[in-house]
Amino acid sequence: MVTISIRGISADLGRRAVLTGLSATLRPGTLTGIIGPNGAGKSTLVRALLGLVPTLRGLIEIDGRDLKTLSQRDLARTIAYLPQGQTLHWPLSVERLVALGRLPHLGPMSRVSREDREAVLEAMARADVAHLASRIATELSGGERARVMLARALAVGAQGLVVDEPLASLDPGHQIDVMELLAREARSGALVVAVLHDLTMAARYCDRLLLIERGMLVAEGTPAQVLTAERLRTVYGVTGHIDIGGAAPVVVPTGRWREPQAEAE
Amino acid sequence: MAQDVLSSQRHPALIPLLLAGVLVMGLASVNLGPVPLSPARILAAFTGHGDEIAQAILFQLRLPRTLVALLVGATLGLTGAVLQGYLRNPLAEPSVLGASNASALGAVAAIYFGVADWHPALLPLLSIASGLIALMLLFALAGRSESPLTLILAGIAVSTLAGAGISLALNLSPNPFAAMEIMAWLLGSIENRTMEHVWIALPCVMLGMALLLYDPRALDALSLGEDGARSLGVDLSRTRIRLLLGVAIGVGGAVAVSGSIGFVGLIVPHLIRPLTDRSPSALLLPSLLGGAILLTGADILVRLIPTASELKLGVVTAFLGVPVFLVHLLRERRLW
Repeated sequence: MVTISIRGISADLGRRAVLTGLSATLRPGTLTGIIGPNGAGKSTLVRALLGLVPTLRGLIEIDGRDLKTLSQRDLARTIAYLPQGQTLHWPLSVERLVALGRLPHLGPMSRVSREDREAVLEAMARADVAHLASRIATELSGGERARVMLARALAVGAQGLVVDEPLASLDPGHQIDVMELLAREARSGALVVAVLHDLTMAARYCDRLLLIERGMLVAEGTPAQVLTAERLRTVYGVTGHIDIGGAAPVVVPTGRWREPQAEAE
Repeated sequence: MAQDVLSSQRHPALIPLLLAGVLVMGLASVNLGPVPLSPARILAAFTGHGDEIAQAILFQLRLPRTLVALLVGATLGLTGAVLQGYLRNPLAEPSVLGASNASALGAVAAIYFGVADWHPALLPLLSIASGLIALMLLFALAGRSESPLTLILAGIAVSTLAGAGISLALNLSPNPFAAMEIMAWLLGSIENRTMEHVWIALPCVMLGMALLLYDPRALDALSLGEDGARSLGVDLSRTRIRLLLGVAIGVGGAVAVSGSIGFVGLIVPHLIRPLTDRSPSALLLPSLLGGAILLTGADILVRLIPTASELKLGVVTAFLGVPVFLVHLLRERRLW
């Protein structure tokens, strides 16, 4: 069980402030969605959780310990991370790719243990890619590759899982597969954080949502609390059809929202 | 499922075959020369019972040349594989990136301005330092871009600059054989090498290899990009420094005795990759051995092809390197 406390962090990319005084708590057993418009700072926030961007002010605590006092390896064993974009530079087989997830547990020259091997097999089974084991990862379809990449992150065996835009370029069926996989991980006790653009998927599968705009947290809570018509308008600048509360929540943008009287823009 | 999914996989016969190849090439290189030596005389010389002529030819001429070829080839093959993994670019290698020419420039400066006479260690040291500066310049020019094109362009710039520097240094030196010397440094040559050259190269090559072979899994992690690697616990800045030093020290020591020999680090990983699982770590040891085979083989070829003045090693490796570029070009254009 791992808990991440974000306390008033700020971060810059070049000269532009990307995060300003952002605070939130991420808890085990919870699937937290991070939503917000393009450039809001969602990716920077999750990268900060992995120590991949330096924070200027504030503090990130992992189980009460300052992230900066943890080694890159300790952090890697605690939180698994799937960056956006499914980057893979060499045509590795699926099992070799998934096995990369065990690197945080291996010394530079150490031998591989049976535990490592079992973790790889189990991760492939959980992400439903065991049948692809000997295929070349770069030759898979987008949906298969997304699940393989998730299996790589699961193979770390970390208590935290942070994924950045896992649904990008997936068809609806594969989107559901991925979200169900993330929800399953959360139900089994993991702390799961996903950066999402699809608000319906966020509403349907996430336990909590963090809505971010211009580097600041503008709303936090359950999907029903966060996703209101007012916020769609002020944060995303869209009108929308919202139906949360039923078994299958729906949040669909219906158009650009325009100021009723003014043509000021 | 394979026995061990977490370690790099290679064709099981690859390493034994390459080791055998190194042995065969090494023996052929020792065996070959204007004075025919029977294997029996060579064996006798090695065990200390041989005649004086055989001993002199072996230990003063052929063995140093063979050892230099093996050491330089192994270094270039390994650095090619490491640079390709680190930069995630199948065209990366020390000469394409300008490190070889820059190291040669350091060596040329040390020799022709008399610095090397002050202390024998200054030759490799200057070669290493100038290779290191070139690599840092390269990374500064290429920035954080992951595009192969940016890197190759930066490499051409560094390589051309260093090549021009070599020509300039030799033009300025009071050396009547300057034109020939320029050729030897830019194309590489291991004619007339002595054990002294072996002792210059050996420590640098060993240290460089140790730095490059430590933690091959960091290169595998980089298959996932820089964020991916860091999120797997890889300390990228430490890895970068380790590999930079490893390449500069290994290539610096090798080039200080051989000149800048191109394409070995390009050809060898390219040929070996299909026989592995294509992970960067799987390439390291085979590329080291393959580089030794290739360069020793090229040196044998240089001695066999009858030309008026001896053919330069870099000419042979360049002829072998061009097809590799062609293959990449054809794949890029989707013609193959």
